[in-house]
This record gives sequence, C-alpha cells and structure tokens, in this order.
Amino acid sequence: MSSNKSKLWSFPGGLHLPGHKEISTRQAIGKNFIPSKLILPLQQHIGEPSEVIIETGDRVLKGQVIARANGYVSVPLHAPTSGVISSIEECAIPHPSGLAAPCIIIEPDNKDEWITLDKPGSYKDLDPSALRNRIRDAGIVGLGGAGFPSFIKLNPGARTAVDELVINAAECEPYITCDDMLMRELADEIIQGIRIMQHALQARRCLIGIEDNKPQAYEALSNALRESGKDTIELISIPTIYPAGGEKQLIKVLTGKESPSQGLPLDIGVVCQNVGTAQAVYQAIINGKPLISRIMTLTGEGIKQPGNHEVLIGTPVDEWIQHCGGYQDSVKQLVMGGPMMGFNLATDQLPVLKTTNCLLALNEAANSPAINAMPCIRCGACMEVCPAKLLPQQLYWQAFAKDFDKIQDYKLFDCIECGCCSYVCPSQIPLVQYYRFAKTEIWAQERDKTKSDHARDRHEFRLERLEKEKQEREERMRKKKAALQAKKGTTNEKDAKKDAIADALARVKAKQKQNPAESKNIDNLTDEQQQKINDIESRRQKQDSSTEKQPDSNKTAE
Amino acid sequence: MQFNKASSPYLHNNNNITAVMQRVLLALVPGTLIYCYFFGWFILVNITIACVTALISEAIMLSLRKRPVKAYLSDYSAILTACLLALALPTLAPWWLIVIATLFAIIIAKHLYGGLGYNPFNPAMVGYVVVMISFPQYMTQWLVPDHGLSLIQTLQVQLFGSLPGPLTLDGLTSATPIDSLKTGLSLQQPISEITQSPLFTANGNGWEWIATGFLLGGFWLIYKRVIGWQIPLGMLLAIAAMSFVFNLANPDQYAAPVFQLFNGGTILAAFFIATDPVSASTTPRGRILYAIGIGILTYIIRTWGGYPDGIAFAVLLMNMAVPTIDYYTQPKVFGAKGP
Repeated sequence: MSSNKSKLWSFPGGLHLPGHKEISTRQAIGKNFIPSKLILPLQQHIGEPSEVIIETGDRVLKGQVIARANGYVSVPLHAPTSGVISSIEECAIPHPSGLAAPCIIIEPDNKDEWITLDKPGSYKDLDPSALRNRIRDAGIVGLGGAGFPSFIKLNPGARTAVDELVINAAECEPYITCDDMLMRELADEIIQGIRIMQHALQARRCLIGIEDNKPQAYEALSNALRESGKDTIELISIPTIYPAGGEKQLIKVLTGKESPSQGLPLDIGVVCQNVGTAQAVYQAIINGKPLISRIMTLTGEGIKQPGNHEVLIGTPVDEWIQHCGGYQDSVKQLVMGGPMMGFNLATDQLPVLKTTNCLLALNEAANSPAINAMPCIRCGACMEVCPAKLLPQQLYWQAFAKDFDKIQDYKLFDCIECGCCSYVCPSQIPLVQYYRFAKTEIWAQERDKTKSDHARDRHEFRLERLEKEKQEREERMRKKKAALQAKKGTTNEKDAKKDAIADALARVKAKQKQNPAESKNIDNLTDEQQQKINDIESRRQKQDSSTEKQPDSNKTAE
Repeated sequence: MQFNKASSPYLHNNNNITAVMQRVLLALVPGTLIYCYFFGWFILVNITIACVTALISEAIMLSLRKRPVKAYLSDYSAILTACLLALALPTLAPWWLIVIATLFAIIIAKHLYGGLGYNPFNPAMVGYVVVMISFPQYMTQWLVPDHGLSLIQTLQVQLFGSLPGPLTLDGLTSATPIDSLKTGLSLQQPISEITQSPLFTANGNGWEWIATGFLLGGFWLIYKRVIGWQIPLGMLLAIAAMSFVFNLANPDQYAAPVFQLFNGGTILAAFFIATDPVSASTTPRGRILYAIGIGILTYIIRTWGGYPDGIAFAVLLMNMAVPTIDYYTQPKVFGAKGP
C-alpha cells in the first residue's frame, strides 16, 4: 500500500473521540423495506424548494418525478416507490427548529414498479455539462450532510478544470457507519462514480481520504481501484481525528491547501464530494436511477438491533425503527445525524431525508445546560481544540453579551459548529448553541435591516411626493385667488367669501322648497339591486384599503 | 415516542471545573509538604484558617447573590484561592491578617465583580496587596527554620500569640533571603557579602527546595494540560533575562538569575498564580505577552521598588492590560489570508 505513505498535513485543533462504530457494522446493509407511507418534504436540499407537478390521487411509479427543480439552486424530487399520492400538505419535518413544511405524501402499493429507466450507456461519450444535467435530473445532493445540489459542485465554473477532486470517506463522527458499510459493500460503484465526477470536473487527480479506523472499507476500495486500473485516483489513509471529515479540514490534510476563510474550496482549485454522493452519481449515470433511497445508520445504545439499511427517502423514523426491532427501554433521546453535529428530535414521527446519514438513540438524557453549566473560566481548552483556530471563549462572551458587532470581529462565521469546544468545556457550557443563536440573530438583523432600508426609502419618497403635491396645490390656490381678485376688482376678500356662502345657502333652501317630498332613487329597492349595491360598496372599500397599504401608488390629486 | 430537545453536541469528555481545581490543588502538595518539612506545622495551620474563612465567606456571598450554594462551593475555587493566599503570606502572619486577606479576596475581588469567571483581578493577589499595604509590619514576619515547635505550640502561637517558654517573637522571625538581600543592598553592602550570611547557605536553602516542589507540581499541571506552558515560561524567562543582563553588568548590585527564580515565590506565582485563567490573557500570543509583562514588572519592583517583592503588583497591573492584549492578539483563523 504505497499510497499510505503519501505526505499528509494536519489541521489545527481536533479531538480523539471514542468511535462507537463497531456496534452498527456487525451485519450487512438491510434492504427492501417499504413503509406504510412516505412523507417527502419539498425541500431536502440547500436552495429553492422543488415545485409539485402531480396532484392528490395520482398514481406514481418508482423513480417518477413528483416535484421539479425550481430555479438554478434546486433539484427535482422523485417517488421512492410506486403508489398513490394521498395528500400534499404541511407536515412536521426533521429540522432543528421543529417547523412544519410542505410535503408530498405517498401511499405505497407495494408493487415497487419502476418507470422506464434511461441508461446512457457510456458516460465518456457525454460532455461534462450533459453529465451535470443528468445528475441534477436525478435529484442528487451532497449526501455528507449539507445537501447542496451536487451538479453545482461538479461545475468548475470559470476554471476549465480543477486541480483536485477530494473524496470524503473520512466519516469522522462517532457512531456513524453508513459510508463505511457502503464502501465495504459497493466499492466498485463508488470508484466508477468517482470517475464520472472526475470527468465532469476535468479534475487532474483525485484523492480519497479515509480515516484509519476503517481497515475493511480501505481494503475494499483498494481492491476496486486495483481492478479498475492504475490511474489518477489515490486512496489515502488519514489519522482518525475529529473533525477530519470536515470539508476544509480534509482538504488541508490531503493537499496541504487551506480553503479561504468565508470562501469555497473551488477558490483554491479543489472540489470535495462525499463517497455516498459518488455512489449515487454512479446509479444515476450508469443505471439511470434517481436518488430515492440511501444507506442510513440506525445505532446507539438505545436501539435493539443497530445496523445499516438502505432506506427509502421519506420513510417515517418510527416505522423504520419498529421494523428494526424497536428501542431499548432505556432510550432517552433520538438524534438525527451524529452525536457531535446532529440535532435531536422531539418526536420520531418524522420522515428521513436525502441528507439523513444516521439516527442515533442515546440512553443519556440531553443535558439541561441551565442546570449543569458553570461560568466560563477562560481556561482556553476550547481554543486548543478549535479546528478553525477561533477563540471560542471570546465568541461565547460576545454571544452571551449579545454584542453582535464584536462577535463578527472574532470571526463567528468561520465557526463550522463541529462541537469540539463544547465537548471539552470544563464548565460544560453549550458553546455551539450560543454561536448558532448569534448567527441566527445576525441573519435576522440583516434581514430586518434590508427591510427597514426599503421601508425608509419608500417613506422618504412619500414625504417628498406629499410635499410636492402640497406645493402644487398652494400654487393653484394662489392662482385662483389672484384670478378671483382680479375679477371682483375692488371687493375685499371677506365680503366675497360671505357672499359666496349666502348664495349657496339660498340655493339649497330654494331646492328643498321646490321638491319637499322627492323620493331618493335608492328607496324601495329590490333584493337584487340591494345586493349589487352592497357588492359595489365592499369592492370600493377593498380598493380604498389596498391603496392605503400602498402609499406610493399613484393617488389622484384632490 | 417523544423526546427532550437540546443542542448538539451530545457527547462530553466529562471534564469539569471541580476536577480542574482539584488537579491544581494536588499540584500544590509537593511544595507544601517541603514547606512543612523545613518550617513545621505553621503553613498547614495558615492554610486551614484561610480555607475556613474562604468557605464561610463564599457560602454567605453565594446565598446573598441567590446562587446555588452547594454547586458552587464544591467547585473548589474558593479553596484554591485560600491555599494560594496562605502560601503567599508570611508564615508568621497573625490569624486575623490571613482572615482579612481571604475575606477581601473572596468578597470584594471575587463576588462583588460577579463571582467565579467574572473577576478581572486575581483574587488571591488582591487579598495579598490589601494586607501588604495596610499592615506592612506583619508582611516580613517569616519563620526561622528548625524552630522545633509542636502542632499544639504552633496553634498557640498562631491563634493566641502565646509563645512557649523562652522564645520571643523576634527569635522566631527571620527575613527571607529576598528580604535580606534588599535590606543589605539598601545598606550599600555588596551581594557577595550579603550572601555570606547563613540564611543564604544552610537553612535558607529551604526556600529553594520549596520552590523546587512547586516547580514539580507545575510541570505536572502542564503535562496534564491543566495549564499551558506559555505563562510560566514567559514569566520565568523574562525574570531570568532581566536578572541575567543586570547581573552581568554588576554582579555586586544585582542578584543572579537562579536566585531571582527560586526566591520570593517566583515559581509559585509563575505556575499557580499568573496562570489563573479567569484573570489572565486567554489567547496563545497574549498569554506570552502577559507573562513577560509580569516578569519584567516583578523584576523592576523587586529591584528598584519600595516593596521587597513585586509579584502581586505585577500580576494585578497585567490583569488590567488583559482586555487590550486579548483584543490585539487574536490568532489568524484557519484559511485567513495574509500574515
């Protein structure tokens, strides 16, 4: 294994964590579970939610597009199995906020009937942009966790080619083993997927980084590579240090290059993709199959039969867990993702997503920071493990004080929320929670600021317009007055006004005398007429209120 | 199933403040035992007085501030402050002096500034400086070694001021080497002559052995990653460099680096006092600057100032500079451009 001797670099900070990986790698990947319903949120990727193109009651086939991409940063969504669309409605989705979002719900018919698959044959005949389109049409997003549409990351952009394609096989978080098992069982598909991605990117070379705690997966990939011929793909075993699987950390370890703070790896000629994504790309290009399922780890001390399964996207968590033997009685919390960067779920009646790599049932209850946390003693343990070389103790202080300007001086937005700082904090402060809070607050402030800037502009414009109208009115009045005065000649202004009033009164009195009992035309109306009048009245009111809401809409001058 | 919500990460290495403080206390043990070996029971009595005072005042302040008394009392931070204070104060300091210093450290320097984690000044050094300024006559009452007093006699001396038999207070007190050096220099004696006194040769060496004990504890703390190397090394190097240069220029006027490092509590301060994380600088480069500042100020005050030792003032002065140091010594973040 000469590739093992490649020169490696290291990233700052990091932790040696207990792996807990062996509990979920004892059995082969489980397959073929179809739940009683599938809940498919329209947004399972970064970007715009997909747009529904089917209707309730439609029968759909496995792999059929049920929602199309909406805009550039978006991907379509496919039916994971054949069945009937039972509804399209807001459902609770797995998200740290616990919010609901629009979902398509499919009732499977258990026939698992595929659409006709379009297999292009050899990918080498396709040019990179055709490859990207197919990858997009297959609904593939980054399966490492972030869920960014993969076709965008496979576009070298202004560059004609990238220097390195880095394949993330590190799987650095404890407990998670889905990539490990995928590599053990489907190494060939991964290698072929990598070749396709390398072709799309025109990458000069490809580096696969795998942590040295996965010898079987390493062996499998190594064999697959050997069989497929010697070339520009290099398999590299890296030390198991959390978070070596962080994109920027892995790139540093393998290439020595530091991705710019607040920038992308592409800025330094590197693109990073996950092994799971590589396998999904293989399925999409070679077999024409869209992303409708993925390997997920079900693990933790709170699970009766931990293991890995190929799970249909949209499978409800509770059904899956029951299918796999259920919980231990001791279970205290359920985490989606890993124990360091995942988020825990308030309930298990939620679907799994394209980005779900792991469900972790723990026997320890979630810490209640309000009770356990002690004050920060500025010991700097957090600083020593921070892979972004931040000062977590200072960030905490600014977040605690809600000093959102200063906290940005301390580079809050370089925080990758890996959780190393919280893990080592002797005061057991939930540091990452403070940083998430500060980031959310800053984003909200920025949104408000944009909004209020807009509102202020509109307000200023309105004041200007009113001032202009006032001036115009005064101008008209002055002209009128001048004309009147010119007409009346010597008569003074007061008398003119009095005369005008007296004249008007006299006219009214004369009119009343003339027709004392003249009926108004709105008396004695038929029901139909009354209805019409009411309609007109309500329309007019609506119009009035809508013009009030739009102060800058053109009002006619009085 | 329904579950509680909390933010990730969901793992922790189970380290806690109590464990950190306990390790620091453990690291003080070798130095303290050597102190006992040379000077008898006095230091243990002093530590006990300081600890009892610290625990009582801490409990009262916590309940006045409506904080969970049991949780915070068991963090050992008050005990650590008390121990450091007792080790820093003169061995023959009367009990009420120790009590006043401890009360000031815990009540004023710690709790009135917001308690654990919020005090800008090192509490032990605040307590020390208060009694040093208020009661300077007691601050030179160091004990002679080999006095042969039993525990009971020690208690009588410390608590009731009653001296057994023919002993007088003058007979029991002695200057430390660093005090007598200063006195000698002020009398225009050259160092070569001052160091002829037995204080610097036979019994006086006790202080250097005690310092060695603290040095061992300090190394263990660095090995255990309880403290970083930056502060002890920065402070000791600064003092060594200053004394080396001046000693080279005039060895009869300025003491040698080894003397400066192993006397006057320099080692204790470098590993246990300047490293108090709450009041020290917190960035890697900042810690070095902070420590160098303490070293230089300590040397200046010792050599040309009015007090025999300047560590406490040096630490407090540098405490004041911490926010500025921290702000200007942020490390370059991962992926940041430029130097």
